Amino acid sequence: MMNEAAGNGVFLGMDPARYLGKMEKSRKGSIRIKSKSRSNVTVRLVWIVLILLTVLAFATFRYKQIDLTEAVQSTFHNIGTVFFQPELTYDTFGGALYQLLITFCLGALSTGIGAAAALFLSLLCAKNMANSKVAAVVKGFVAVIRAVPTVLWVLIFAVSAGLGSVAAVIGLSFHSISYLTKCYAESIEEMEAGTIEALKASGANFWQIVFQAVWPATASYMVAWTFMRFEINFTNAVAMGAAAGAGGIGYNVFMAGSFYLDLHEMGFLTYMIVIAVILLETVSTKIKAKVK
Amino acid sequence: MPILELKHVSKIYGAGTKALEDVSFAVEEGEFVSVIGPSGAGKSTLLRCINRLVDATQGAVFFDGEDVTGLDKKGLRRVRTKTGMIFQHYNLVERLSVMENVLHGRLGQKGTLAGMIGHYSEEEKVEAFAILEKLGLAEQAYKRCDELSGGQKQRVGIARAIMQRPRLILCDEPIASLDPSSSKVIMDQLKEINQTMKITCILNLHQVDVAMQYSERIIGITAGHVVYDGPASRLDQETIHQIYQSRSGALITDRAERAV
Amino acid sequence: MEKAQDQMEKQQGCAKGTPDFFRKRRRTDLLFAACVLGLFVFSSALTGFSLADGISSIPRALVWMGQNLIPDEQALTRLPKVLSRLYETAMLSVAVTVLAAVLAFLFSLAGSKTTGRGRLFPRLVRIVAAFFRNVPDVVWSILLMFSFGQNILTGFFALFFTTFGLLTRAFIETVDEVSASCVEALTSTGASFFPIVFQGVIPSAMSGLMTWILYMIETNIRSSTLIGILTGTGIGYLFDLYYKRLEYPTASLVVLSIVVLVLLIETISNRVRRAIL
Repeated sequence: MMNEAAGNGVFLGMDPARYLGKMEKSRKGSIRIKSKSRSNVTVRLVWIVLILLTVLAFATFRYKQIDLTEAVQSTFHNIGTVFFQPELTYDTFGGALYQLLITFCLGALSTGIGAAAALFLSLLCAKNMANSKVAAVVKGFVAVIRAVPTVLWVLIFAVSAGLGSVAAVIGLSFHSISYLTKCYAESIEEMEAGTIEALKASGANFWQIVFQAVWPATASYMVAWTFMRFEINFTNAVAMGAAAGAGGIGYNVFMAGSFYLDLHEMGFLTYMIVIAVILLETVSTKIKAKVK
Repeated sequence: MPILELKHVSKIYGAGTKALEDVSFAVEEGEFVSVIGPSGAGKSTLLRCINRLVDATQGAVFFDGEDVTGLDKKGLRRVRTKTGMIFQHYNLVERLSVMENVLHGRLGQKGTLAGMIGHYSEEEKVEAFAILEKLGLAEQAYKRCDELSGGQKQRVGIARAIMQRPRLILCDEPIASLDPSSSKVIMDQLKEINQTMKITCILNLHQVDVAMQYSERIIGITAGHVVYDGPASRLDQETIHQIYQSRSGALITDRAERAV
Repeated sequence: MEKAQDQMEKQQGCAKGTPDFFRKRRRTDLLFAACVLGLFVFSSALTGFSLADGISSIPRALVWMGQNLIPDEQALTRLPKVLSRLYETAMLSVAVTVLAAVLAFLFSLAGSKTTGRGRLFPRLVRIVAAFFRNVPDVVWSILLMFSFGQNILTGFFALFFTTFGLLTRAFIETVDEVSASCVEALTSTGASFFPIVFQGVIPSAMSGLMTWILYMIETNIRSSTLIGILTGTGIGYLFDLYYKRLEYPTASLVVLSIVVLVLLIETISNRVRRAIL
């Protein structure tokens, strides 16, 4: 253990005057070890704010009068019913499958419309394609659209266009447009700067650049984003069926749970939705892997 | 008694690929040993079998007379605190300060709670500063590691290893990601640590000329086998070609020799 | 002259070589377009959607919004009520996200390749996360309604389950991505599990985790509107109430307040993200 006794004595034996001046003290008077970067300070600040807000939230919630233990117990019982005793009584399996297909179609339609609109809007707000003023306007417009919850869009269109698939699809499309515009624009911004410049230098006009460079170079990323959005739109279409009466399997879930009060039925429908979502997720992951 | 002894160590990965086969050698305290060989020969696996970041499939590794392969969690941690490790990609916590990264060398010797909150004694901090000063990094002590250059990062890696007060330092391709001048600084510092502090060093290198220049002893491995183990002075071109399984004239070192 | 002819031939040769490639690419492009178009027509037929109706509904909706969705004086008298529900919704999504994030982080440590133990356990964690992520939040809220009724806890748990599922997957990816190298290094110093997590994994992953948390808070405000409509809580309930009473000016005040809140949170989180990256 001779060497350990020497330890770092070789270094400690060095004249401390050489490095003592470089040490900084913390507020408590001990030697500081952390860096004072803006990032560290921000992270700590955000956490403090979030935790304070959480405590405040629980302190100010209006819980009303509720027997918590009983509610929790019955919730566990209900979860058991939903997930371990699924059974169809009001719907037939074929009928439910058809409604699942409807939901799928609502998702596909809104994704298609969203993608088509975003294809052009993204050209207007990608930094390397559009001028900054137009880009700022489009970005602001898109941000406002995104800030309104999807369900409110569907309900607003339900009043003005009548309840039905039109309201559902257009309402769902709005979020897809703003989401995909943002994603597509990012893909375009990540393009190699030289490509567009080279075409510009050769005298190509805007649309030639779009068709010859922008779309071919970003197509694979756009496909991946679109499929991801399709996943989200499918889930959203389920929710719209339940909350806004937009049709599809979500409506059946709502009827089973809130009207017939049949948890077995709701369980079966839930399993159908979960399986469909997992299938979509698998396909989308495969496409993403292929693209990257 | 040798500080480290490998006896018939083999490592077979899940898919049946043999990374090491029947590797045996011993290292005396204070030695500076380079392990050379082509990429994929098993150099990294060999180093990681010593501190059991990788578990050997067969054989025994004796550190200071104790069989490492049979140790429980606690014993393993004790052995690891005595062996520092330096990595090709530095493996620092990039978002923490240089000081914090150096002090990480002491985590193994701390209680769980003190380690979690990163509580270090004033003596430890002074020691960390002394090490940084010695390596020429004291000015950088409060910078975040992602602000440093590659050579500086590797010196933080060395400082972290020294902070452990190790008896053995394992270096896995310490200069593979560095430019020539930083590489020289790192190699000189490792050599100095070896000589002034008598810390045993085992290095994986793929630059044969660097290995021959700095180390007294060289171990050459090919496809998991030790094909050369001896003084650097006796390593001739033929053996190098045997290690790299190459034809004469196909290696960069050949040209260097011709130039001389 | 000969030279020119030579060049012509060369160009023709090139031209002969390339069409095959272009034709192939054009064929796959056309096939892809046909598939998309086919799916669109099929879906329209099945759901009774018509693109023409859809497009023409947009200007009509805009006109309607212009006429009806302007807060009037009566709506403004209800501003305190709206703000109090908005506050409740905002606090709910922060509280849900923070608690779900803490739990999701613990699960992601168990489910990550770098910090998880063994093979079976990480896989189990991933399955649990997939379950919570994929059961729709509407199912959770209807289910919870049975026991909790029109209570804020209904919304809380419904949001909590889906947020937990989503964040667990996101955190596992983040931890996998950033921590492999520092976990190896700290293990080699002899450090035990918790010091490695607190000194290595958390500092490395923090900016990634923070980005996800801020994004989830924003998403949860929108989701809680939906859940509120279903369960009769928060800002969603208030919108539903005025919407069904056909008091559109007040309903529009609710929409505006949500928009302002979401944009505010988006601005804050963009600032934070820029500061921590």
